[in-house]
Amino acid sequence: MNFLFPIIIKRTGFALLTLFAISILIFAGLEALPGDTAQAILGQGATEENLAALRKELKLDLPLATRYASWLGDLAHGELGNSLSNGRPVADMIGWRFENTLILAFSAAAVSIPLAIVLGLICALYQNSWLDKFLSTSTLSAISLPEFFVAYLLIVIFVVQFELFPSVAILRPDMAFLEMVNVLVLPCLTLTLVVLAHMMRMTRAAIIGVLSSPYIEMARLKGVRRVKIIFYHALPNALAPIINVVVMDLAWLVVGVVVVEVVFVYPGLGQLLVDSVSKRDIPMVQAAGLIFACTYIFLNLSADVLSILSNPKLRHPK
Amino acid sequence: MKKESKWIKLYKASPLSARIGLAIIIFGLAVALFAPLLAPYGESEVVADVWLSPGGEHLLGTDQLGRDMLSRIIYGARNSITIAFITTLIAFFVGAFLGLTAAVTGGWLDHLLSRIVDIFMAFPTLILALMILSVLGTSVPVLIVVVALLDATRVFRLARALAMDIAIMEYVDAARLRGEKTLYIVRREILPNALPALIAEFGLRFCFIFLFISSLSFLGLGIQPPTADWGSMVRENSGAINFGILTPLYPAGAIAVLTVSINMVVDWFLHRSAQIRA
Amino acid sequence: MTEPTIKTIPPERLLTITGLEIQGKQDGKWRKVVKGVDLHLNRGEVLGLIGESGAGKSTIGLAAMGYAREGCRLSAGTINYLGKELRNAPESELESIRGYKIAYVAQSAAASFNPSHKLVTQFAETPLAHKMMTFHEAKTKAEDIYGRLFLPDPAGIGFRYPHQVSGGQLQRAMVAMAMACDPDIIIFDEPTTALDVTTQIEVLTAIKEVVKKSNCAAIYITHDLAVVAQLSHRIMVLRHGLCVEEGDARSMLDAPREKYTADLLAVRRQVKEVSPPKAEEPLLKVENITAGYNNGPAVLHNVGFEVLRGRTVAVVGESGSGKTSVARVITGFLPQSEGMVYFDGIEMSPYLKHRDKDRLRKWQMIFQMPDVAVNPRHKVKDIIGRPIRFYYNPGRKETARRVSELLDMIELNDTYLDRYPSELSGGEKQRVCIARALAAQPELIICDEVTSALDQLVAEEILKLLQRLQDELNMSYLFITHDLATVRAIADDVVVMYQGRVVEHGPRDEVFTPPHHEYTQLLLSSVPKMDPDWLDQVLAERRRLSA
Repeated sequence: MNFLFPIIIKRTGFALLTLFAISILIFAGLEALPGDTAQAILGQGATEENLAALRKELKLDLPLATRYASWLGDLAHGELGNSLSNGRPVADMIGWRFENTLILAFSAAAVSIPLAIVLGLICALYQNSWLDKFLSTSTLSAISLPEFFVAYLLIVIFVVQFELFPSVAILRPDMAFLEMVNVLVLPCLTLTLVVLAHMMRMTRAAIIGVLSSPYIEMARLKGVRRVKIIFYHALPNALAPIINVVVMDLAWLVVGVVVVEVVFVYPGLGQLLVDSVSKRDIPMVQAAGLIFACTYIFLNLSADVLSILSNPKLRHPK
Repeated sequence: MKKESKWIKLYKASPLSARIGLAIIIFGLAVALFAPLLAPYGESEVVADVWLSPGGEHLLGTDQLGRDMLSRIIYGARNSITIAFITTLIAFFVGAFLGLTAAVTGGWLDHLLSRIVDIFMAFPTLILALMILSVLGTSVPVLIVVVALLDATRVFRLARALAMDIAIMEYVDAARLRGEKTLYIVRREILPNALPALIAEFGLRFCFIFLFISSLSFLGLGIQPPTADWGSMVRENSGAINFGILTPLYPAGAIAVLTVSINMVVDWFLHRSAQIRA
Repeated sequence: MTEPTIKTIPPERLLTITGLEIQGKQDGKWRKVVKGVDLHLNRGEVLGLIGESGAGKSTIGLAAMGYAREGCRLSAGTINYLGKELRNAPESELESIRGYKIAYVAQSAAASFNPSHKLVTQFAETPLAHKMMTFHEAKTKAEDIYGRLFLPDPAGIGFRYPHQVSGGQLQRAMVAMAMACDPDIIIFDEPTTALDVTTQIEVLTAIKEVVKKSNCAAIYITHDLAVVAQLSHRIMVLRHGLCVEEGDARSMLDAPREKYTADLLAVRRQVKEVSPPKAEEPLLKVENITAGYNNGPAVLHNVGFEVLRGRTVAVVGESGSGKTSVARVITGFLPQSEGMVYFDGIEMSPYLKHRDKDRLRKWQMIFQMPDVAVNPRHKVKDIIGRPIRFYYNPGRKETARRVSELLDMIELNDTYLDRYPSELSGGEKQRVCIARALAAQPELIICDEVTSALDQLVAEEILKLLQRLQDELNMSYLFITHDLATVRAIADDVVVMYQGRVVEHGPRDEVFTPPHHEYTQLLLSSVPKMDPDWLDQVLAERRRLSA
C-alpha cells in the first residue's frame, strides 16, 4: 500500500493544481472583458453612480493580485458574492438548486451505469449475435442524437400521447416521494438514454479487448468454463477501462444535465447557469461554473484512483 | 482513371448503412448550397398564421411567428452546417498542427502545450464555453473561435498520440538519421500514416461541434434570431410541444438525421481502416 | 484417405490426426492454411513440429486440443484422442479434456498468465475445477513441481503475481501449470523463442526433465531445429501447411531426405573466413562511453572498441547487455554522459542535430524490423530515391538510374519500383532497407539485429548479400546481434557485452577459442547445437565444473 500512496498523492496534487488553474481562468474571465468591466456588464445606458457602485461591488478599484487573493479567500469561506441581477447572495440561490441537480444526476447515473455495464457485457459475450448487432446499430445512432431531440421525443410519447407524466418537472420541498419520482422520470430517462449508448459501447469494447488477450486463450486451453472466464479472468482486468468509461460518461452527464434542466424547466444548477449567462450575471456564472468544475475534477480524480487500485501491477509492486 | 475505379471499388464494398449515410450527407450539403433556390419562402418572411399544421402550402407548417418551417429548415441547413464546418476546420488545423509538431519536437514545447490541454480537458466543455460566452457575449465570430479552440484541445490530444505512435517507428528514425528537417518528417513520414485516423476524427469532430453549437443555440446562447438555425428553432418553437404540436421536432430531427448519417459513414471508415491494419 | 482400423492402433497410441485441414479467413474468404496433415503421438514420446512462419505448426498444435483461433476453423479431417473425436466436439466435452488431459504451454508466459491472479491460484484452477485435489493439495503439488523445475524458492514463488517474476522463471511456472493434472499430452508452442540463450537452456533442461520423468507425451513446436533436436524422438518438418518429411530425430538430422530439410539444417553452419587485421587508423572509434536514459542510472559503463575499414565488428550480448544502447549512442539518439565517438579521426557531437549532413551520409543504419523500417505509404522508388536526392540531388533521370542500379545490387529488379511495402515479403523489405542505406554511399553500415525478425533461410540470404556487398564496396559493418551463428557467419571481430560493459573483444577466432571470459564461456556453451546429445553433455559438463 505504501507504494500506491505517492501515486495517489501525485494525482490529487494534479487535481488541486487544475482547480487552481481553473480558478485563475474564471477570475481572468472577468478581467478579459474589453474596456471597463462594469460598463460592459451594465451596457451603454448605465449612469455614473451605478457604474461606481458596481466597480466597488466587483472590487475593481483594487490591484489584480489583491482582488484574486480576496476572491479566493471569500470562496474558501463559502462567500460567493451577490447576484448582479437581483442582489441576493449567490450561495443562497445555488445551494438548493445544486441539491436538485445532484438528485437528477445521481438517479440517472444509478439507472444508466448498471444497465450499460450489463448490456455491454451481454453484447461482448454474444458478439455478432442479433442482439449485439441490434444494440450496436441502435446505440451508434443514439450517440449522435442531441439531448433535446431525445427529450422532446419522450415528451411527445409520454406526455402528449399517453399523458403519463408531467412535461414540466418542478420540485417542491413538501412533495411526497412517489410524487417526486413521477416528476423525475422523464428528465432521468432522457439523461439515461443520452449516456447509456456510449457507456454501453465502450464497456463492450473494453471487454472484447480483454477477451482477445493471450491469457484468455490460455484459460480456454485450460478448459476453464465460459462463465468463469468472464467473471474471473476477464472482468478484473477490464475493470480499469470500464471505470474510465463510466467516469467519462458522468462528465457527459454534467453537460447533458444543463440541456435537460432547460427542457423540463427543472430548478437545478444548470438552468440557473444558463439564465445567468444570458443575463451576464457574472458572480453567479463563476460560482455555478466552479461547482460544475469541482464535481467534474472530483469525478476524474476518483476514476484515476480507482483504476490505480484495480491494477495488480501497481497494487503488488515487484 | 485508376483513381476513379478505386473509388467505385470502395463504394461497392461499403455496407448499406454507410451508403444511406453518404446519400443523406450529400443531400444535406446540396440543400445548404442551393438554399435560396430550393426554399419556397424567405428566411425570415412572415407568411401565415402561427403554428399551422403541416400540409397544403406549408409542407411543414409554420413556426411561432408564422414563418414557413420548410424554408427555415432549408436556410437553417446552410447556416448551421456552414458555421459548424468552419469551426471544425479551425479546430482541426490548430489542434492537428500543434499536436503533430509537439509529438515530433518534444521538449518544453510539448510539455507546455500538453499541460495546457490537460487543464482544459479537466473541465467540461459546455460549462467552460458558457462561462466564456457570458463574458464575451454571443456573436457568431466569438462562438466560432471559442468552440474551435475548446475542441482543438481534443484534436491536439489525438494528433499527438497518433504521431507519438508513428514517431517511434524505425522509418522515422531512418529519416532522422539521414538528417531530415522536422517539417519533412511531419509532412512526409508522419502525416500520410496519421491521415486515415485524422479523417475519421474530422467526421466525429464535425458531428460533435454540430451538436455542441446546436445545444448552445438551443440554450439561447449560440446563434441568435432571426437567423434560421436548427438549434435555435427548436428553442423558439419549444412551447408548441405542450399543445401537442410537433413543430420543434422537425429541426431537432434534422440535426439527428445529419449527425447519425455522419456517424454511420465514419463508423464504416474506422472499421475498414482497422481491418487494413490487421 | 484410409482410416486405420481399431486393430492396427497400438495400445500406447494417444492421439491420431488424419487429413487435418484448417482454414483461415482472409479478405472475407476462407483459405486453407493447413492442407491435409496426418500425425500421431504415442505415450512417452516427444514429437517435434518444425517449420518457418506460415508453416501452420502452431495452428496444428492448437488443433490437437480441438481449438481453432478466432478467424480459423477446423474444416476437415479427424482428431482422435483415445477414441474421442475432438474436431467440432461440443464445448463442454472439450472443456473436460483441455488442461486436464491435454495441456498447453504458450510462447509468451508473460502475456499468457492472467495479471490479476497469483501463480499458484492459476496453477490450481484446473485441478480444482475437476475436483482432483483441494487447494492445499494443489499448493503442495505446485511446490513440488516448481522445485523439480529448479525454480528458486518453490514454496514462496507461487504466491507472487506474474509481473513479479522474471521471464525465464515465468516460462517454467507455465510448464509447471501444464503439469498440474498430470496430463497425457503437453503441447509446447515455441516455449523458449522469446528467451535469451542462457535462459533458454534452463527452460529446455526443465522441460526435458519433466517429460522424461512423467509418463506423458509431448508435441514440441519451434522454428529452431537445434532446439527440437534436444528433446524430440520424432521430427515432422512442415512447410506452407503441408508435411515435408517426418521421421526419427537422429536419422533425420544425420541424413535428411528432402532438400528443404537439408537447407534448414545447413542454415546455421555458414562461417566467414577471417583475414588478419591490418594496422591502420580505425574508421570508427568508440572511447570510454558511459550513458543512461533520461538522467536514469547508466546503462553503458566505459564502453570502448574500434571498427577498421572494410571489416565487420559484431557486438554480441543478451537482452539488457546494452548492445542496442551502444548503437543509439553512435547514431546520436542517446547522447553519452562521458566518452567520445570518433569517425575517421574526427570527434562526433553527442547530439544528432549537431552533426553535419556529410558526416551523417557516411554511416547508415539497417534496422531490426523491416516491417516498420520502411514507410508503408511510400513506394520502393521513393524509399530508395530519397537519400540520393537528399545527399546528392543529381536530377530526376540520374536518380532513377541510380535506383535501378541499387535494386539490381540487392537482387531485385525494376518491377519493384512502384510497389508499396505491403506488397513485399519480409526479406524483400529488408533488401530495400539495405538499398536505402547503400544509396547514401556510406563507409559504415550499422546493422541492428537485421536478421532476427526473418525466417532462417531468408536471414541466410540477407547475410550472404551483405557479405557480397562488403566484398564489392569495401564498407565496414557494425553488427548488433544476440545470435552467435550470425556472428560466425559475418564477423571479423567480436565485442562481447554483459550488463552494460564490454567483457571481451578482439578478432573473432581469438574470442571464440578458449580461454574465455566466464560470461563468454556461458554464452558460447548455451547455444544449442544440432547434435541431439548436446544438452546432456553441456549439463554434465556444468555439473562437473560446479562440483
